[in-house]
Amino acid sequence: MIDLTALLKEWISLPGLSGNEDPIRESIAAAWKPLTDELSVSRLGSLHGLLRGEGPEPRPRILLAAHMDAIGLMVTEQAGDLLRITMVGGVDHRILPGTLVTVHGRRDLPGVVVSPPERLLPPSAAGKPVKMEHLLVDTGLTADELSQLVRTGDLISFAQQPLDLTGETLAGHSLDNRASVAALTVCLEELRRMRPAWDTWAAATVQEEETFAGGYTSPFELEPDLAVAVDVTHAAGPGADGWRTVPLGKGPALGIGPNVHPAVHNRFKEVADRMDMEVTVEPMPAHSGTDAYPMQVTGAGIPTMVVSIPLRYMHTPVEVVSLKDIRKVGRLLAQFIATLEVDFIKNIRWEGEE
Amino acid sequence: MSATRENTAAPLVGAEQIELLERLSNAVAVSGDEGAVRRIVLEAVRPLADEVVVDAMGSVLATFRASRPNAPRVMLAAHMDEVGFMIVKDDGDGLYQFETVGGLDPAQLPGKPVLVGKDNLPGVIGATAIHLTTREEREQKIPVRQLRIDLGPEGAGKVKPGDRAGFATRFKVAGPSLVGKALDDRLGVATLIELAKNPPRNVELQLAFTVQEEVGLRGARAAAYRLQPDLALAIDSTPAFDLPTWDDEENTQYNTRLGEGPAIYLADRGTLSDPRLTAHLAAAARRNNIPFQYRQPGGGGTDAAAIHRTRAGVPSASISVPGRYAHSAVMVARLDDWSNTLALVRAALEELPDDLLGSER
Amino acid sequence: MKELIQKLVETTGPSGYENAVRALVRAEVESLADDVRVDALGNLIVRKGEKKDGGLRVMLSAHMDEIGIIATHIDERGFVRFTSVGGLYPNMLLGSRVRFLNGQPGVIGGEKLDAGERLHPMEKLFIDVGATSREDCPVQVGDMAIFDRPFVDLGDRLVSKAMDDRVAVAILIETLRQLKDTPNEVYFVFSTQEEVGPRGAGTAAYGIDPELGVAVDVTRSGDTPRGVRMATCLGGGPAIKVRDSGMLADPRVVRWMEAGAKKHEIPYQMEVLEAGSTDAMVIQVARAGVPSGCVSIPCRYIHSPSEMVDYRDVQNAVRLLVALLSEPIELK
Repeated sequence: MIDLTALLKEWISLPGLSGNEDPIRESIAAAWKPLTDELSVSRLGSLHGLLRGEGPEPRPRILLAAHMDAIGLMVTEQAGDLLRITMVGGVDHRILPGTLVTVHGRRDLPGVVVSPPERLLPPSAAGKPVKMEHLLVDTGLTADELSQLVRTGDLISFAQQPLDLTGETLAGHSLDNRASVAALTVCLEELRRMRPAWDTWAAATVQEEETFAGGYTSPFELEPDLAVAVDVTHAAGPGADGWRTVPLGKGPALGIGPNVHPAVHNRFKEVADRMDMEVTVEPMPAHSGTDAYPMQVTGAGIPTMVVSIPLRYMHTPVEVVSLKDIRKVGRLLAQFIATLEVDFIKNIRWEGEE
Repeated sequence: MSATRENTAAPLVGAEQIELLERLSNAVAVSGDEGAVRRIVLEAVRPLADEVVVDAMGSVLATFRASRPNAPRVMLAAHMDEVGFMIVKDDGDGLYQFETVGGLDPAQLPGKPVLVGKDNLPGVIGATAIHLTTREEREQKIPVRQLRIDLGPEGAGKVKPGDRAGFATRFKVAGPSLVGKALDDRLGVATLIELAKNPPRNVELQLAFTVQEEVGLRGARAAAYRLQPDLALAIDSTPAFDLPTWDDEENTQYNTRLGEGPAIYLADRGTLSDPRLTAHLAAAARRNNIPFQYRQPGGGGTDAAAIHRTRAGVPSASISVPGRYAHSAVMVARLDDWSNTLALVRAALEELPDDLLGSER
Repeated sequence: MKELIQKLVETTGPSGYENAVRALVRAEVESLADDVRVDALGNLIVRKGEKKDGGLRVMLSAHMDEIGIIATHIDERGFVRFTSVGGLYPNMLLGSRVRFLNGQPGVIGGEKLDAGERLHPMEKLFIDVGATSREDCPVQVGDMAIFDRPFVDLGDRLVSKAMDDRVAVAILIETLRQLKDTPNEVYFVFSTQEEVGPRGAGTAAYGIDPELGVAVDVTRSGDTPRGVRMATCLGGGPAIKVRDSGMLADPRVVRWMEAGAKKHEIPYQMEVLEAGSTDAMVIQVARAGVPSGCVSIPCRYIHSPSEMVDYRDVQNAVRLLVALLSEPIELK
């Protein structure tokens, strides 16, 4: 039995910013090796793991995609003994001042994001949160030392250590989307005990936070008959309420909307009901904001689904998830696949097609 | 090339065509939930096509073989979806929070009747009575998050998050005009169905009734990948902003004008039309005495934007029926413009030269 | 090479209508190529070399199109209203000279501004071609024009309209000319419609299915008074792109480029661009993915009628590409 907490804590302590996912990929590969029949890497660096099904050949294929890249920062240039920065992925500049980071230069350097005092900023900045273009990173080094070790283009990741909070919750950075990779791992472990007919491809995709490059290229290569994006979604909490949020700790969220095939959504709902698993339906009026968006329109089109883990404070170094929710997502995915009949896709009838 | 022929054919748009358009316009089919229109389309084209497929996203792809080998494959795309709403939360007491699906100006919403869910339950998007508002409030558009769909006091639980809703407008003919919702792009859908009834046999005709155009040209991308056409035309409806300006100065931003015929696209935000195609369309119109106009370049987009970028590229262009008040509860188009659009598309296909793509773009 | 650059930048070729540029390029490359073809979107695709041991199928891309404008309406007195094709800076329009595809020159004029308006929105501008009525106006709705400024040689620095991206077109031609032996199958793609997408490069990449993609384009420089803050500067050498607003370069490609520059002692700089992208953005996501990067030429005043590059950066870019492509390629 994998130790979910330990694995997840390790994963949110490894760098793997969009476009530079090697470090996290190696760790995921190590975890997936005993759980899969084949492991491979896509041209852009996504990790693909195959768990063969038991149905007769040619077997239909399901792709479970969880992006492994995380948001962070990048050095744009040196300014004296400090560094100027830009973002990788969407970062709210307001959460940055005082944030501990690691600068990945010629070696890893601890640093902190700092804001200059107002007197050193243009008048238009008065009273406002300091914009990214004015924020700096201080590593404590002198200008000379800095110029030997760091240059334009070097990556900066958050250095926040994982925290165990009450109620089986975990706080840290990069839970978006390492929590979903963990859920996929739980799913693989369960599936090995079952006898699904379908082939399962688990993909830890690249660059979701920036370009969806992995979301376009992995399904093109793997040609699945069905694709599920596993990602995080906004959990209700301070600063986040209303229809765009789902409750924390109350199980997976099932997406519904144009980016989700209605027959697949309905089947997921049925499976959850049979498992007596509480789920929340998450309305997605257009763009799901997940790998399901590129996957759905790749090639000649793929039926897609979005299964989400509720998460608070997304894209901050203190994201919060419930470990119970992660395990449930893993089990739901496994049960869905295990009970998927070989001709599920062939038998789908769209409304109006009767 | 064939000699000029007079446009003496019987009007292409008669009672049968109008009845089809009426059914299409009245059906509610919001992006991602196109079933009601899909049903009408399948009913119409299944008996006529050589092959009909409903693809992984719900688009209907109907193929009509040519009467000769190695004929060019021509894809025509018209989208089945309309802009509308998605229910996002049940507030209880029959009141529902909703979000817009596709581009919809919130100013078009207050005070409108809607049809909600699979059973088309009648509802209203209300607005606060004027007596209860202040002048300052009336300076601002009412944001969507303040609006609710009201199904009446016993409407709780009758629909659920994820269900779609659309305007409840009923289609009618008013003098020379067609009046109804979603003429963008039911006019295109009806045009394709009309062509299906008597398809030109010099080409392999691929009719793509696409889904989710209004939320990013989604269905067309997958459809074009599958169909692998040699060239493509999107048949849509485009805004006519041919109204008077506020100061009665010349309107230089009309986009298209009602009554001036089908609009040929040279450039919009998504596509720089293939000049070989647009030249052919204009020539076919002139040869057959079909009035036409050029849509003003810039802004907007059609399925052609997705289609022309698939695989190794597809020469593409768009033709639209002009329509006023797109993306609102009530659109107005001219019957003659539709009829001429139908005539132009047919002529362009029937007169497609084999060497159209022989020269380089 | 300066003559070649001048010929290229002084040709009219807005997005979607690159024919004249393509004809010029074709004349230069026909005798040097193993294969030449034009695809459905007008990309000119030139192959040199065949894959041998340690070689890869490589796609280079430089776009032929330049930004421009398109006529939207001719009014009763023959003034031409227009909108943009590609990204235009509103403050560069008033007073500019333009040239239409048919050769017709014109001047951009503007309406009187409302109190409080400091910049003309495009709807308040028009082109004056010297006509007096709609009927005698030689321009029609849909006609395209580009910004008209001649090439200027300042010695080390070159100035012209359309340095973006004709300077890269010249670099590709010169690289092809100097590439004698290569174990790689190299596709020199002179792409279309980058300024409105990118569009052409994506379909070209689909057709070629390369194992490595390298765009060559201009990038901004941070070396003008109180200008954009950027580490790249004119004369600092060709820039190896780490990221821009549309893509992150594959780190293996970045390492490969840097190793090649170091080995052959070619000056280079690292580039992070916060606004703007290149053909590499769409090449990267073609098919099952293409590890991609970009060699950039630092450029001042991008998308103005007077873009400025450093000729030594251009020459060094050629040296770098020739060096990299002459050897087997290992991405690690």
